[in-house]
Amino acid sequence: MTTGFFTSVDEVTTRLAEAGYLASTAVATTVFLADRLGKPLLVEGPAGVGKTELAKAVAAVADARLVRLQCYEGVDEARALYEWNHAKQLLRITAGRDETWDRARTDIFSEEFLLPRPLLTAIRGSEPTVLLIDETDKADVEVEGLLLEVLSDFQVTIPELGTVTAERRPFVVLTSNATRELSEALRRRCLFLHLDFPDAELEERIVRLRVPGLDAALAASVVSVVGALRAMELRKHPSVAETVDWARTLLALGADTLDDAVVRATLGVLLKHQEDIGRATEKLALA
Amino acid sequence: MIAERLTAFVQALRANGLRVGPSETVDAAAVVEVLGLAHRERLREGLAAALLRGEQQRAVFDATFDLYFPLRVGALETPSTEVAELRDRLAAALTANDQAAMALLAAEAVQALGRYGNSPASDGYSASQTLDRLRPQILLARVLAALRADRDSAPDFTERLEADEIRRRIQAFRGMVGTDARRRIAELRGTDRIARRAVAPTVDQIDFLYAGRDQLTELRRAVRPLSRKLATRLAARRRRASHGEIDLRRTLRRSLSTGGVPLRPAYRHRRPQRPELVLLCDISGSVAGFADFTMLLVQALRAEFSRVRVFGFVNRMAEVTELISPALGSSAQRILTEAQVMGLHTNSDYGTALGEFADRWLDAVGPRTSVLILGDARTNRRDPNLPALRLIAARARRVFWLNPEPPSLWDSGDSAATPYASVVPMHPCRNARQLGALIERLLPV
Repeated sequence: MTTGFFTSVDEVTTRLAEAGYLASTAVATTVFLADRLGKPLLVEGPAGVGKTELAKAVAAVADARLVRLQCYEGVDEARALYEWNHAKQLLRITAGRDETWDRARTDIFSEEFLLPRPLLTAIRGSEPTVLLIDETDKADVEVEGLLLEVLSDFQVTIPELGTVTAERRPFVVLTSNATRELSEALRRRCLFLHLDFPDAELEERIVRLRVPGLDAALAASVVSVVGALRAMELRKHPSVAETVDWARTLLALGADTLDDAVVRATLGVLLKHQEDIGRATEKLALA
Repeated sequence: MIAERLTAFVQALRANGLRVGPSETVDAAAVVEVLGLAHRERLREGLAAALLRGEQQRAVFDATFDLYFPLRVGALETPSTEVAELRDRLAAALTANDQAAMALLAAEAVQALGRYGNSPASDGYSASQTLDRLRPQILLARVLAALRADRDSAPDFTERLEADEIRRRIQAFRGMVGTDARRRIAELRGTDRIARRAVAPTVDQIDFLYAGRDQLTELRRAVRPLSRKLATRLAARRRRASHGEIDLRRTLRRSLSTGGVPLRPAYRHRRPQRPELVLLCDISGSVAGFADFTMLLVQALRAEFSRVRVFGFVNRMAEVTELISPALGSSAQRILTEAQVMGLHTNSDYGTALGEFADRWLDAVGPRTSVLILGDARTNRRDPNLPALRLIAARARRVFWLNPEPPSLWDSGDSAATPYASVVPMHPCRNARQLGALIERLLPV
């Protein structure tokens, strides 16, 4: 039942760190549990905290193939699961005009004419696989129904061929920004992880890992300013990705300490709404 | 033993309004088996992963977890009883941001300062008494001074953020004191009983009438996700509705050209309509939290209505549409100071306010307008002025009255709920969950 990538929580932490992903206790524990219990991991949280990155990092450390299903409004069975290659089927029929109907019919619904899409690909393979179902909340409700079969039994039913069951369970990560409420049934099949902004200490380590040239004291200042912004009532709080961007900007500008002028000039890297910038300027008492 | 504890824990979560099914309990047991009990924080995260289905449940979960899997049991062996000494050590822990030391100090403080009662039946521990005696908030200046003394370089930009940061640490410490006090009471009185009583409900179940200030802030934060949820649900509903139904009359007429065979069915598409919304909010003290939250929610859903106008009243009516902005502080407070919503006295008076609305703004209400009246219908024994309400109801498409009081209290005392309910439908609306469901019914398509 297990995917068997890891043997302990500590191992998850160290190996993810080697791949450049610094995991909090919550992340390391849930990744380990998802691996050990063979359950999909549903990761929710604000944009830019590293939900997709987590799946990529797991795939990298486990040396597994990453299969990604990007969900959007209108994604359907044909895009998620499989399609029949109609053109090839037509060619096959025209090529064998004189054979009997029975042969022709059975033939065109065989493996040869199947176009596997991400879900089927992830289930059929025998090598270690990480299946990333990205932005699940963007997909329509019908797709959730489809996912239920895939995620609870790791099998897919193709009417013409029968049921395909996974030989080897993929490690499944679903991400969601919670723009739509996912169904109870889907949630029940998953382990739930709310990935939030990291605490100051972890964020400082992330910044220093991603922006190696940055001075330690400046990194601490950067993180504390971002922390203060997140404590304000803003339309969009700066994410980890934006913290890193800001650190890079400061490095590029050659700033070695923060002062009013630098912060004021670069606030747009962190905040994406004019009214947020106004509010932050006021609250930070920028001269 | 651990199985019993786990099921008791799950029962307590259920008692606090979390939906946890048997399959989740089985998952939780698997989690305990895989992780073991050695790391408390890992166990917390693991159980959260198995039992929770959303972030808004987390606060309830954490509080319950702290009761069933406490950090420590019983009393500390050598607690310090000197307030001054506790303060010194707390200042040091706050300066270093040492969470473990802060948690230990919280336990010591509760044991030394929080105890009350002198008979076994009335004994207990109080977090507020502990905090009253310890007064951690006075440490702010001291911690700031210590931080500044530690720093060798010149003060930089982040210094101005430090005060807020220390305030947050002190707030966290207050939370730890609360947690430890609950643990101590639970040991005295039985965990199950305390878990059912002492844990705060999730945001969408907070009662509007009894919400404290912290909870109101949390409710305001819940506005955006709730409005987004309603808006996406609405989009899906519109998409489904746009398929249209068969228009029988037009299909029959078309079929005349094909000899009565309806070859080309005609569909009836409903023209998309956005309703107008007029909100009449009682913003007197007793129901202000409710009105405030509703106004914000409606404002956030503005795109779904072609026009939203908001009126506020205590005993006089005033248009306050311009004064509401989700970004700013409490709208209700602004309205009270900037709009003419009060006459000579400060008691709410529905009759006069409705009458004034009917006199001055009746043209705001038309056949496409839905009117929402928010308030507890407590009119301080004045004339309810039903004709004014009838006048409004006659012009509007629909009128709903949302009452934050439970129906059992309607008509008690000075409530004019039933007279009003005989004119317009009145719905009890006590928390964000109910409000979301009601607003959804109002929305177009």
